[in-house]
Amino acid sequence: MATLELSLPEEVEQPVRRRRRLGFLFWFAICWIVIVFVLAIFAPILPLQNPVDMDMLERRAWFSSEHWLGTDGLGRDELARLVYGARVSLTVGLCAPMIGLVAGGALGLLAGYFRGRFETLVVGSMDVLLAFPPLIFALAVVAYLGQSIPNLTFILGFLGIPAFMRVSRAATLTLARREFVIAAEALGASHARILLRELLPNVLLPLFAFFLLGVAVTIVVEGSLSFLGLGVPPPMASWGSMIGEGRESLDVTPRLAFLPAVAMFVTVLAFNLVGDTLRAITDPRQGAL
Amino acid sequence: MTQAVAHVPSGEPLLKVDDLVVEYGFGNRTVHAVSGVSLEVARGETLGLVGESGCGKSTLGRAVLQLRRAQSGSVLFDGHDLTAMQGEALRKMRQRVQLIFQDPIASLNPRRRIGDIVAEPLIIAGVKDPAQRKQVVYEVLSAVGLDPDLVVGRLPHEFSGGQCQRICIARALVLNPEFIVCDEPVSALDVSIRAQILNLLEEMKARFGLTLLFIAHDLAVVKAVSDRVAVMYLGRLCEVAPSEQLFARPAHPYTALLLQAIPVPDPDVRPAESVATGEPPSPIAPPSGCRFRTRCPRADQRCSAEMPELREVAPGQFAACHHPLA
Amino acid sequence: MSEALLSIQDVAVELPTPRGTLRAVDHVDLSLEAGRTLGIVGESGCGKTMLSRAILQLLPKKAKLSGRVMFAGQDLVRLAPERLRRLRGRDLAVVFQDPMTSLNPVLTIGTQLIETIQEHLELDALAAKRRSIELLTAVGIPAPEQRLAQYPHQCSGGMRQRIAIAIALSCEPKLLIADEPTTALDVTIQAQILDLLAREQRRRHMAMIIITHDLGVVAGRTDEVAVMYAGRVVERAPTPALFKRMHMPYTEALLAAIPKLETAPHTPLPAISGRPPDPTRPVPGCSFAPRCRYAAGRCHQAKPELVAGETAGHVYACFHPIQMAEGVGA
Ligand SMILES: Nc1ncnc2c1ncn2[C@@H]1O[C@H](COP(=O)(O)OP(=O)(O)OP(=O)(O)O)[C@@H](O)[C@H]1O
Ligand SMILES: Nc1ncnc2c1ncn2[C@@H]1O[C@H](COP(=O)(O)OP(=O)(O)OP(=O)(O)O)[C@@H](O)[C@H]1O
Ligand code: SF4
Ligand code: SF4
Ligand SMILES: [Mg+2]
Ligand SMILES: [Mg+2]
Repeated sequence: MATLELSLPEEVEQPVRRRRRLGFLFWFAICWIVIVFVLAIFAPILPLQNPVDMDMLERRAWFSSEHWLGTDGLGRDELARLVYGARVSLTVGLCAPMIGLVAGGALGLLAGYFRGRFETLVVGSMDVLLAFPPLIFALAVVAYLGQSIPNLTFILGFLGIPAFMRVSRAATLTLARREFVIAAEALGASHARILLRELLPNVLLPLFAFFLLGVAVTIVVEGSLSFLGLGVPPPMASWGSMIGEGRESLDVTPRLAFLPAVAMFVTVLAFNLVGDTLRAITDPRQGAL
Repeated sequence: MTQAVAHVPSGEPLLKVDDLVVEYGFGNRTVHAVSGVSLEVARGETLGLVGESGCGKSTLGRAVLQLRRAQSGSVLFDGHDLTAMQGEALRKMRQRVQLIFQDPIASLNPRRRIGDIVAEPLIIAGVKDPAQRKQVVYEVLSAVGLDPDLVVGRLPHEFSGGQCQRICIARALVLNPEFIVCDEPVSALDVSIRAQILNLLEEMKARFGLTLLFIAHDLAVVKAVSDRVAVMYLGRLCEVAPSEQLFARPAHPYTALLLQAIPVPDPDVRPAESVATGEPPSPIAPPSGCRFRTRCPRADQRCSAEMPELREVAPGQFAACHHPLA
Repeated sequence: MSEALLSIQDVAVELPTPRGTLRAVDHVDLSLEAGRTLGIVGESGCGKTMLSRAILQLLPKKAKLSGRVMFAGQDLVRLAPERLRRLRGRDLAVVFQDPMTSLNPVLTIGTQLIETIQEHLELDALAAKRRSIELLTAVGIPAPEQRLAQYPHQCSGGMRQRIAIAIALSCEPKLLIADEPTTALDVTIQAQILDLLAREQRRRHMAMIIITHDLGVVAGRTDEVAVMYAGRVVERAPTPALFKRMHMPYTEALLAAIPKLETAPHTPLPAISGRPPDPTRPVPGCSFAPRCRYAAGRCHQAKPELVAGETAGHVYACFHPIQMAEGVGA
């Protein structure tokens, strides 16, 4: 009856490329992050004063052409300390979650894919790690290894591993049962290939979004630790330690605690915002009808 | 246990499944998904496999490809026992046997481009030259009726279900396999697209000289493409026969039930009310004797006591029933 | 002819999408009397679900609905939300394609069933429970008392669909809409569910709409069939007339694409080539023209309107209607 039109090619319409409006806030967040990074990276060559130079005659000085943001309780330039503080906060804030991302992400991927005894082992040891009080762990490491930026990064990174492991394992578990993974297996793909080509690209995105959240959280935690005196060794500046020092003169010069707090707040907010937006726009199902 | 195997009319079978048993551990219980299935598929033949949801069709299909290891039994492919193979040898073998899934969208990685997805089997098989890979990918994509230039750079979600199934077929064909297990390739598609895909599979079979194991739950769909049909119920084969014969003279009561359940597009054929009563029992505790006896209108004492074996009831037609239909 | 229970007049649904405005339902007229069954058939994406959701006033928030949906004398489009809510579930019930998603996974079957009954029928807990058991028995669920304590995931797909039907029937609706009730099920269970729906429909004298993409499903089980394509009803007729004297090439093609038991294996199926048009890019002429083997001249320029066929109640939209000899199937 009807004609056979088998060889007729299936028409595929041209994709419609559309611009997404990302919004003012997203671009503001990006600008802020870029500015903070540029300042932090180029701090040594910028015409800034030395952040540890004390000027006992100019303690808690108000804004002036010499000290744009005034000076702190020991007469150190506040602007310079903020910028150098950003160096510390960002270094720790980026490196620590990186440790979590790589170690936790890999463990979660392997645990979710291979299941079985390996998974039990990984999940069990993460539970043990989570049950250990983080502050005591931090105190112990600082007591044994001393107070330094690498040690601080290591502590925070290590403490972040379980969370990254969970995100990555949960994502892997749902993906590993999907047919495309079985299809790869049926093609004779090796475990490594399935992990790297099929699973990793799909797990990476939730992990990256979680990473940005981790950056925000780490900056805050680093601040709290420095505030408690467990962070960077004085006289080095970090936003957290600056808030801690500013606390002593909160009644006289509240700006000494307020300025680093604002810097930290806006940076953390910016990372969260970028993380959320990136997750939303890179989801391949978005825009599918 | 000796069981008659539904023999292929002529020639050495390409696939020979012998007394295959596949079980799933499930807490402290066991799901008897496939319990002693034997069948043969001749080179160039399409064997249809039908049965209700949960009867173990996919499990059987996956056990053939060793994606699910069997508890016992053997799978001989072109004379090689796949169940005894491991690692590299199995991986090499898998390139000759491919699989197409029910859900075409889920079987494509959402984050990889179509070009990469279709080229993946070639990379795994060790085709190093990108130009050569591209040429093969373009060839198969055109073969399945897609315009390669428009397709390769895009992501799976940009395609409809029918187009995704074409891509899956292209991926299965790219290594020039001999045997393809099609696990309900058209169940998720609607009528018009289903016809396109069935035609495409037939065309590809002729063009690439394929042998197919075609799984479905709809007998009419199976008949359209199969030379022989195997009917499965709760992990066991009920009947194996050449398509025409099975549809003209079903020997097993379950086959008859499946035939009656097909919706007929003719308003004068009043659907026979409640032909299909009940649902299959749980594969955790299958009934004793004949597994179909809880729903069978002909069941008697013997059916609950004795498990029927597949035996030849007419030339080429095998049924596992104590009281086969005339 | 008695007064129609449901009468849809000039209903259109538009959805804003990133690609442009999508006209999911394009000026559809339908009517249905109490105790009768209407089948709506069409390919995926032709707007069947959107039409049923327009009847129920359950469209996505951004959707724009125009036209009138008269149900038992009132226009649902203009009904106050509170009155509408009472009407749904009580007089208007729906069964969806996927019983897994329409049942709440964290509530027992008993809770879901009893709550619905209590809310709409104002029965006390004991009476509601008795009624639930009656209903589960009616839809063919063995050991209904034990089922009440179970969760949806403990039931098979067919069971779940029976339970969804029991919930839909619980308040004696005047109209039941079944949106692809069997697409997720296999053939034997499909036959059972369709039988069940037909039996309950006759027993309760309900009006029923069955939505499907398979003409085989509606053939023996409906009084009237509407064939939809690209958001429009392209042919509507009493079921026997539609199958015996169809005029629309699309209906013919849909019917031909179904694999038949009579044909020999390896006979190529007469598939409809291509796909339905992109609903955000309306074509000027007949929307089936790019795939139609009878398309000529006018088809590409003008939209065919629905015109009456020889049988009462038969309408079709085609410039070159096919004329089938009496009694010849596809
Ligand atoms: N991973 C698993 N773990 C436990 N039980 C399983 C698993 N996979 C399948 N089963 C069970 O094994 C039985 C056979 O399943 P299988 O998927 O092979 O059926 P099927 O015939 O392919 O059904 P369908 O038509 O629904 O695809 C079913 O009872 C199912 O519940
Ligand atoms: N929430 C939504 N937003 C935008 N467009 C939608 C939405 N839901 C459906 N559509 C579009 O509306 C059109 C009609 O869809 P509808 O779901 O009514 O089709 P259908 O006939 O029910 O198909 P199926 O057989 O797949 O269920 C389709 O083109 C679909 O892509
Ligand atoms: S063996 Fe008995 S129960 Fe089984 S199918 Fe035959 S007659 Fe029915
Ligand atoms: S109007 Fe023309 S294109 Fe449309 S269905 Fe009729 S013959 Fe085909
Ligand atoms: Mg299956
Ligand atoms: Mg729908």
